[in-house]
Amino acid sequence: MNCAESQVLIHALIDGELDAGHMSDVEAHVANCPACAGELKALRAMREAIAGARLKEMAPAQLRSRIEAALPAPPSRAARRPASWLASWRNFLGGLTLGAALSAAVAATLVVAVVRNDQDQRIADDVVSAHLRSLQAGHLTDVLTSDQHTVKPWFNGKLDLAPPVVDLTAQGFTLIGGRLDYLNGEAAASIVYRRRNHVINLFVARHSGTGQAGAKIETVHGFNVRRWTQDGLDFWAVSDINAEELDEFGQKFMAGLQPPSGHS
Amino acid sequence: MAGEDPDERDRARRFRDAALPYLDDAFTLARYLMRNAADAEDAVQECYLRALQHFDNYRGPAMKPWLLAILRNVCNAEFARRAAQGASSACAAAEPAAADETAPWQEPQRSPEVELLRRQDDATIRRLVAELPPSFREVVVLREINDLSYRDIAEVVGVPVGTVMSRLARARSMLRAAWNVEEGSTP
Repeated sequence: MNCAESQVLIHALIDGELDAGHMSDVEAHVANCPACAGELKALRAMREAIAGARLKEMAPAQLRSRIEAALPAPPSRAARRPASWLASWRNFLGGLTLGAALSAAVAATLVVAVVRNDQDQRIADDVVSAHLRSLQAGHLTDVLTSDQHTVKPWFNGKLDLAPPVVDLTAQGFTLIGGRLDYLNGEAAASIVYRRRNHVINLFVARHSGTGQAGAKIETVHGFNVRRWTQDGLDFWAVSDINAEELDEFGQKFMAGLQPPSGHS
Repeated sequence: MAGEDPDERDRARRFRDAALPYLDDAFTLARYLMRNAADAEDAVQECYLRALQHFDNYRGPAMKPWLLAILRNVCNAEFARRAAQGASSACAAAEPAAADETAPWQEPQRSPEVELLRRQDDATIRRLVAELPPSFREVVVLREINDLSYRDIAEVVGVPVGTVMSRLARARSMLRAAWNVEEGSTP
């Protein structure tokens, strides 16, 4: 790969749009080319600055009502807004970019959601609810930092477990902080990452002991949830990014947890 | 009255659930394309009316790029109308800019040294994005603010993915250059 190609492809790299083959080509080039490495660093910094700025606008309320008014009346109020929490849920989601997660299908799932009566399903529901709560303004992080060495000790004394914090910035997942949360009535840690504009909540709790399965991805209320168990801890990664990317996140995190030498 | 037909109401409900969540995205894009709030509101309203009309032909899966593509067409039609009327020259620049396109592998301008970006406030960043030429502005907004994938951007803008990549690379170079100028002017 030459610099001219790399100068275009590094954009796709920071946008998470490269396949594995091209990604390693670009990374190999950048590793040996100070000019392209500098370019990559500057572009990442600019992207972060843009992502950190609040550039997204809220549609004015009167625009929303004008459009609502132009639509034929819904069958009934109950069918349109099954509960007031759904309305407020939409309102706060309005401020976030949620990708394709908030489709009609999701709305429908929320309305008719049947909660299966087993423990895993209850926790999966809990996890998604906690994820949704965290997306409300000001709820995402208790400790806001991209430094793993700050996030990890922050949990000391707040939890009876030490959640591992892995820096995955180089893999395209930016650490943005940590938060104390509750799952299944127990305190749990949430480590918060960002992929492009999408939030990933990684919940960590003591392994509940009900069997140990390999990594499993499921869709709950339109959000992807990847669950796995490692080192006596249960992990749930929740996000609206697609299942492949979430799986990649899980794999990178698991790999980051492995001691490099194989000793533990 | 329209609201009495159950099918019609069901269709409206499905449309509402599918399309209204993207109202802020649509408004944001319209703000950057139309450059003022009143025009943006009109464009978004027109976009939703057209989207409802064509909702029966909508075959998914992604509602957001579909809506934003309609919105972009509405904005361009408005610019074309104004240009035909000679009413406003301020927006004539919105036409697809083919002239300043770089070839996919053409090297973007490099600055002599790697500068560290200083943080700009939100208003400055917004202005720098708004000052990009239209065909570059829209890919930056679609990518950085609307958070669309390259494929979705290609669909909205109606160009191949390779063009999206080269335009985005060029747009970011321009943005970075403007950013650095801005830094120079605010010591």
